[in-house]
Amino acid sequence: MSPDKNPARPLPAFSRMLRLTKPNREDGIAFVILGSIALLFFRGAEGVIAPLSTLHLEPVTLDPAYLPYYALRTVIRMFAALLASTVFTLVVATLAARSRRAGQIIVPALDILQSVPILGFLTFTVTFFMGLFPGNVLGVELAAIFAIFTSQAWNMAFSFYQSLRSIPADLEEVTRSFALSPLRRFFRLELPFGTPALVWNAMMSMSGGWFFVVASEAITVGNTTVTLPGIGSWLAIAIQNKNFGAIGLAVAMMALVIVAYDQLFFRPIVAWADRFRFEQTASGDRPRSWVYDLLRRTRLLPLILAPFNGLIDLLLALEPRRRRAPTDRTARKPNQWFERMWQAAVLGAVCWMIWLSGHFILSSLGLADIALAFGLACLTMVRVIVLIALASLVWVPIGVWIGLNPVWAERLQPVAQFLAAFPANVLFPVFVVVIVHWHLSPDIWLSPLMILGTQWYILFNVIAGASAIPTDLREAARMFGVKRWQWWRQVALPGVFPYFVTGALTASGGSWNASIVAEAVTWGDRHLAAHGLGSYIAAATTAGDYPRVALGIGVMSLFVLSFNRLVWRPLYAYAERRLRLS
Amino acid sequence: MATLSASAPLVEVRGLNHFYGPPPGGHLVLDQVDLTLARNEIVGLLGRSGSGKSTLLRLIAGLIQPREGSVTLVPSEDCPDPNVAMVFQTFALFPWLTVLENVELGLEAMKVPAAERRSRALGAIDLIGLDGFENAYPKELSGGMRQRVGLARALVVNPSLLLMDEPFSALDVLTAETLRTDLLDLWSEGRMPIQSILLVTHNIEEAVLMCDRILVFSSNPGRVVAEIKVDLPRPRDRLDPPFRALVDDIYARMTAKPQSAQPARDGLFPGTGIAMVLPRVSTNALAGLMEEVDGTPFDGRASMAELADSLQLEVDELFPMAETLQLLRFAELNGADLLLTPAARRYVQADVDQRKAMFASALLNHVPLAQHIRRILDERIAHRAPARRFRDELEDHMSEDFADETLRTVTHWGRYAEIFSFDEDDDLFSLENPE
Repeated sequence: MSPDKNPARPLPAFSRMLRLTKPNREDGIAFVILGSIALLFFRGAEGVIAPLSTLHLEPVTLDPAYLPYYALRTVIRMFAALLASTVFTLVVATLAARSRRAGQIIVPALDILQSVPILGFLTFTVTFFMGLFPGNVLGVELAAIFAIFTSQAWNMAFSFYQSLRSIPADLEEVTRSFALSPLRRFFRLELPFGTPALVWNAMMSMSGGWFFVVASEAITVGNTTVTLPGIGSWLAIAIQNKNFGAIGLAVAMMALVIVAYDQLFFRPIVAWADRFRFEQTASGDRPRSWVYDLLRRTRLLPLILAPFNGLIDLLLALEPRRRRAPTDRTARKPNQWFERMWQAAVLGAVCWMIWLSGHFILSSLGLADIALAFGLACLTMVRVIVLIALASLVWVPIGVWIGLNPVWAERLQPVAQFLAAFPANVLFPVFVVVIVHWHLSPDIWLSPLMILGTQWYILFNVIAGASAIPTDLREAARMFGVKRWQWWRQVALPGVFPYFVTGALTASGGSWNASIVAEAVTWGDRHLAAHGLGSYIAAATTAGDYPRVALGIGVMSLFVLSFNRLVWRPLYAYAERRLRLS
Repeated sequence: MATLSASAPLVEVRGLNHFYGPPPGGHLVLDQVDLTLARNEIVGLLGRSGSGKSTLLRLIAGLIQPREGSVTLVPSEDCPDPNVAMVFQTFALFPWLTVLENVELGLEAMKVPAAERRSRALGAIDLIGLDGFENAYPKELSGGMRQRVGLARALVVNPSLLLMDEPFSALDVLTAETLRTDLLDLWSEGRMPIQSILLVTHNIEEAVLMCDRILVFSSNPGRVVAEIKVDLPRPRDRLDPPFRALVDDIYARMTAKPQSAQPARDGLFPGTGIAMVLPRVSTNALAGLMEEVDGTPFDGRASMAELADSLQLEVDELFPMAETLQLLRFAELNGADLLLTPAARRYVQADVDQRKAMFASALLNHVPLAQHIRRILDERIAHRAPARRFRDELEDHMSEDFADETLRTVTHWGRYAEIFSFDEDDDLFSLENPE
């Protein structure tokens, strides 16, 4: 977060700036916007630390007057989770990239956590956090925030780690030859370099977070039911009461909120982060944001950034002066013994944890349960495969078409982004009504719910891939009259394939996760369940049957991991090797 | 003006061995390097890629630790705490920092107070001819301007020794020449706060133009094979006959066969038999070089220096091509001259198919690895062999990267000569001709 230290327009002293610069019209607008955001934040934060009994005194109602307040609470939760994920990312990913030993543990852990079904964990975390703050709303709030956090933190950390690993060697050498301290190196090199990818990832994660906010605000674990004030709870109650009007209102509110934070928060940050993009030539189109332009015109930007810069400067000023690299560069022997001890300790810890979880599951469950879980996992796997195939058949041609039409790509990109942010669980009731009305088989007709929210990743990536097909290749194809099937086979499909694999990988991981809420759906007193690992975990969660939840999560993680390793990774490697246009 | 010898040493490198790859073992990149840098001299490290000269520079900079041996910066009375700063081939500027902030980076790390930092940075920017660009971002600057920022950033910390890693090779010819001249002017006028410069280059003329002393490195592993003092008066003129003579002399030394007992005609590539490391040289480039030497004004015999000049090639590119021609008996390196053999002159006149046939026979007669692959394919009933097999074989003799490159090269040559074909998807050599 390098400051806007533009020497052409030096940063005036704080007091002088307040006295000497006359406020202009933009100042007024910006003041109103920032002021109201702060006011809203404090209003919402009041409710967070109330005693738990207030949840029963003021239960969530379907009164439209309360809806904005509920939306506010949900948004605060999401931003709290985003903040936590960002801090987690900066600390953990940096640690993993800096220390080889820490990386040895953190990287595989992140890789696994990325593919673990987060929703399955709700059971454990709600119990844990409620125990942490007994009798206070804060505990349940933290559990909800943690659920969102778990959906964001791993892939944010992973992407930041990957940025850190791809820092150009020469920049790294500069920081080392000037003996920059670790902290200074972080603020001068690592953080700026990783910022664009981190911002982009945070934006995508925020979209993903909606799905979990809806699932985690109203949750039943065993015989405890907690309903936090929020859009998710509103939806849950609306579903219970079969109130379509209320669902419609929630959808409209959500749309409003998504547009608002996109315009007020993410766009300005994306526009600001553009300066950190690692490129040696100025690129043509830079991301724009009216809020960012406004803030820049008001000279409020330095004021907003001042606390961050102050913090960074303070941290850097406080750190002790380091000695320069020693002038004697005689060969030194690495400590082999310590290295071996470390490897042994890691191996021991892994074995112990496998034994521990195996013991926990096997102490109350038999081999039949494990076999059942595997059988159900196979059913869910068939669903995932079929759905990804169907979604690809639909979205690849559409994505290619959009990607090759820059006008439409520009117009539809925000729409697709909005659709991706939109929590698919909102649509579940519609399916239940349809299935019940036509007496359809839940085993088949509940399946599409799994992919409702994740299909957009395929569309996004295919659009990106199609617009990245070089113009000269397209012109060559047109000149030689390459058409129809040959055009798809030799131009479009190979061109978008690497991007498609990335999208399909994300979509399939997300679908596994979504199966936990999609295979068991409720509308009023109607409960529909499909046979599969998702409904197995959902049922175990509702019953408070922890060993079964653990078994379900374990089996699902195993399937997702092997799926990634055996299918997506090889495809990805093939695409990188043969089809990447660069 | 720089004075040679009789001054106290600045850097002493003793018995340096360095390997790539995890200890113990690894691939030897620097072999018993001893080096003393005096004060007030510009020393050039000249060699082709793979000679470990950049590695040596980084060892002196303290960016990597040597496996065996020592690098010492020698303190003296007027400089009790010698330090180094480095200029990078790729400039290595931080794109999110302005020119001024980039230059201030090293001072900031030394915790120099803000006011002093600014005045020193502005001084360096002024010195290097960048004033007016203080608040520009690197992406707004041309390559030459960027390298000036890199130079200012290095100079502002008052290094005793300036390390330069091929500082001009990413620039176009004109810009590079301007920058060289400006740097030499600053050096001769004593306006830079440095005592010595160590310059890595693979441009022989650049080395002769700038250096007081040139160390020539052999490759695989890197070893100092020659030390050349340049006593020409400054400023030097590239067209000066003694200058030309020295350039030719260095070309001759760099093409000279190593002392060790290798089959004389196997050229200069390290290793013998199938273990010979082959450089990535395209058959088109070889044909182009033969045509150039065959035509006017060379008529079959060209000095390497002139060739480098007329083809705009650096040592790194020209030497592997010339040596490949020598390996294939299409040319002979005679001192600093490249002499085409009668076979090469026939090749130049031939049509495509004849050329391929000539290349094939040269390959099968003189490149043991090509011979080996072809023999295995002939012996096998299915006439197929996995590439993995040969890669493993090569890795017994050389590092993984070199094995990979060598196999790629022989694949490319073999495909052109149509002595075997290769399927990348299956990683398989065969004798089938794709229809």
